[in-house]
Amino acid sequence: MFYREAGVFKTSYAADMAMLPMPNTRWAVVGLGVLFLGIIPLCADEYNLSVLNLILIAVVGAVGLNILVGYTDQVSIGQGAFMSVGAYTAAHLITQLHAPFWIAVPGGGLMAAAIGTIVGIPSLRIKGLYLAIATLAAQLIIEWTINHVPWVSGGTQSTIQVGPPAVFGTPLTHGWQMYFFLMFFVIIAMIGAQNLIRSRIGRAFIAIRDQDIAAEIIGINIFRYKLWAFAISSFYAGVTGVLYTYYLGIANYEQFQLDVSINFLAMVIIGGLGSPLGPVFGAIFVTLLPIVTRRVLSSVGGIFFNASDLSAVVPSLRLAIFGALIILFLVVEPEGLNRLWRNIRNYFRMWPFSY
Amino acid sequence: MQRLTTIATALALCVAAGGASAQQKEILIGSQCDRTGPTQLVGTIFCPAVQDYVNLVNSQGGVGGYKVVINELDNNYQVPSAIEEYERHKQQGMVSTLIWGTPQAEALNPRLEKDHIPGTSPGFGSAAAANGGKYQYLFPLAATYWSQGAAGIQFIKDKLGGDLKGKKIAYLYYDNPAGLEPLAILKGLQQNEGFELRTFAVPPPGVEMSAQILDISQRYRPDFVLAHLFGRAPSVMLKSLKQSGYPLSKVLGFVWASSEADIMAAGGWNVAQGYHTMQFVGVGDDYPVIKQIIAMYQKEGKQPPKEMATSVYYNRGIQDAAVHIEALRNALKLTGGKPPTGEDMKKGFEMIKNFTLDGLLPPLQVTPSDHEGGGWVQIFQVKGDKMVKETEWFQGYRELVLKSVNAAS
Repeated sequence: MFYREAGVFKTSYAADMAMLPMPNTRWAVVGLGVLFLGIIPLCADEYNLSVLNLILIAVVGAVGLNILVGYTDQVSIGQGAFMSVGAYTAAHLITQLHAPFWIAVPGGGLMAAAIGTIVGIPSLRIKGLYLAIATLAAQLIIEWTINHVPWVSGGTQSTIQVGPPAVFGTPLTHGWQMYFFLMFFVIIAMIGAQNLIRSRIGRAFIAIRDQDIAAEIIGINIFRYKLWAFAISSFYAGVTGVLYTYYLGIANYEQFQLDVSINFLAMVIIGGLGSPLGPVFGAIFVTLLPIVTRRVLSSVGGIFFNASDLSAVVPSLRLAIFGALIILFLVVEPEGLNRLWRNIRNYFRMWPFSY
Repeated sequence: MQRLTTIATALALCVAAGGASAQQKEILIGSQCDRTGPTQLVGTIFCPAVQDYVNLVNSQGGVGGYKVVINELDNNYQVPSAIEEYERHKQQGMVSTLIWGTPQAEALNPRLEKDHIPGTSPGFGSAAAANGGKYQYLFPLAATYWSQGAAGIQFIKDKLGGDLKGKKIAYLYYDNPAGLEPLAILKGLQQNEGFELRTFAVPPPGVEMSAQILDISQRYRPDFVLAHLFGRAPSVMLKSLKQSGYPLSKVLGFVWASSEADIMAAGGWNVAQGYHTMQFVGVGDDYPVIKQIIAMYQKEGKQPPKEMATSVYYNRGIQDAAVHIEALRNALKLTGGKPPTGEDMKKGFEMIKNFTLDGLLPPLQVTPSDHEGGGWVQIFQVKGDKMVKETEWFQGYRELVLKSVNAAS
């Protein structure tokens, strides 16, 4: 944070290719690693861990959606449906084949990727809002299918109960165990996304985002790469669905409806499209904001309202404040929280001698 | 150095945040109650009722010397929020919890079992949850969708003269898992009773059903309609059926299609004349407990709450709060006055017998194996500008329902 980089002193290809080229960034990552893998799980209680776990799951989904929306500029509001595809696939794998998590998680992801690729086909012909509506159709079709096909949904209630994941034969029942389990996938998801974007595929995505006709002219196979973007993003969504299933103990499509898709889209946009840290900020913001506003309102609101009015006012006010803060943050910085963070960093880079 | 201080501050902060508050002579019951989100039509009436009943109990000296504290949180009908709020309540030391919503009940069930905290899901949740052997800590404590379906057929049978052979019944339902659930029972009864059953699905959000209504009133012309709808859908149904000329006296609405609010939204009492509604809690304000709440408000110099006008949901809020209080009473008997644990509360719930609040609640018979308490319902009919009780508490085809419950688990 408080450092300046100067010059390029790389002497090997390995150094040039490194994911974290600056030594200070590496130290920051080590510091964050100690914080998130050592200190936080040690001192957070079960409630705070449960909130953190929800954030971690949301991060995986948001990072995945960012690949599609942020880097390739294809809109999808079917992300919730892909999550339910992953969730039900994993639930069947777990309950019927007794699959361990290292099969269930990629299995759910792959199935979601397959469905997502099919849903991505319209993206070859349509863009922007039109594509959004095409993916909305996917959301509705998948919901309907789950609701009406018993061998997918596992019965009328469309609910499949799933036990906790087991690592080396130990079921993960405590909040902190789940925290490490989810953190493992968050780290893989983030490193995976970051490396993907630095690769040939990622550069093709960015080329398509910036100008798809130009990208086609320089020899990028738009057909292939758009579908890749949908497949990879849906894979992340499927994994998110599996993680939700493990965390909640059930697969149920009613928790992956349109509002969830919109929520994830909100995370990516609020966090900052097409930035590695944006979806993380967005996931934290969207998950934490309702909780924080509720706690603040309940403790401060006692001054203005009596107890029974307060419980009527807080939920509605919470939604209003949530909406207002989203507008505020986007007005202050249209490029999202990630840009806000970079502005702060740039300010302190010169501090106290800024010019 | 900077980083070290940051870490140290973070550490200090999270230690400070972790400190739980001690409490004396208070018992916390967690309440998840949605005044926002898709079920707000119910919640804005239901949730104040829960608070009113608990306030009433506390104004009468609490339970066994303990003040009952209800901590209400709104999960906006989202499962992750429900989990977060459950953990929050747990951290604060709740002994039992009110649950809100079918997917939420399913998602919380494994946690209830792990933490040994009982939760109530009156009128929603999976019908299989009636089986206390499998769903050990989940208490529907009101007619599940299966019991409602069975009771509906029972009522129609009595209404149509005791024989359903060759009769036509239309099932108009909201096309989601909750809407589909009674079908299992209805189809079973169709074989036993020999009636004709046709289903009419209304896709969410259920505000457009003119095709289905026309199909029912003009083409199928059933002898009776069972309507299992939620949210805005019941009012749309009432309005459209009225317009199509189908007599509402041949329509029975299940428990979430049966409030005064639905009738008001459909255009008032004269639109809904004759409409039958199924209830798992009494309707109206002619019950001592409602009078006591009004008296409590008057003593404080305040008007009785306007939510009472929608007595269907208000009384259900009373019911949900009252069963927790009754379970707490039973649990305190077991512990001899010591603060009960969740385990004691579970036993307390399973000891609820004939607790009716002078007729507001059905004669619940909760046992360790039956967490539904019998699946009782009453039918009310819209006459004039109120709902008039048409039947006493009854159960429909109880053996068949129980058989399905046991087969499901």
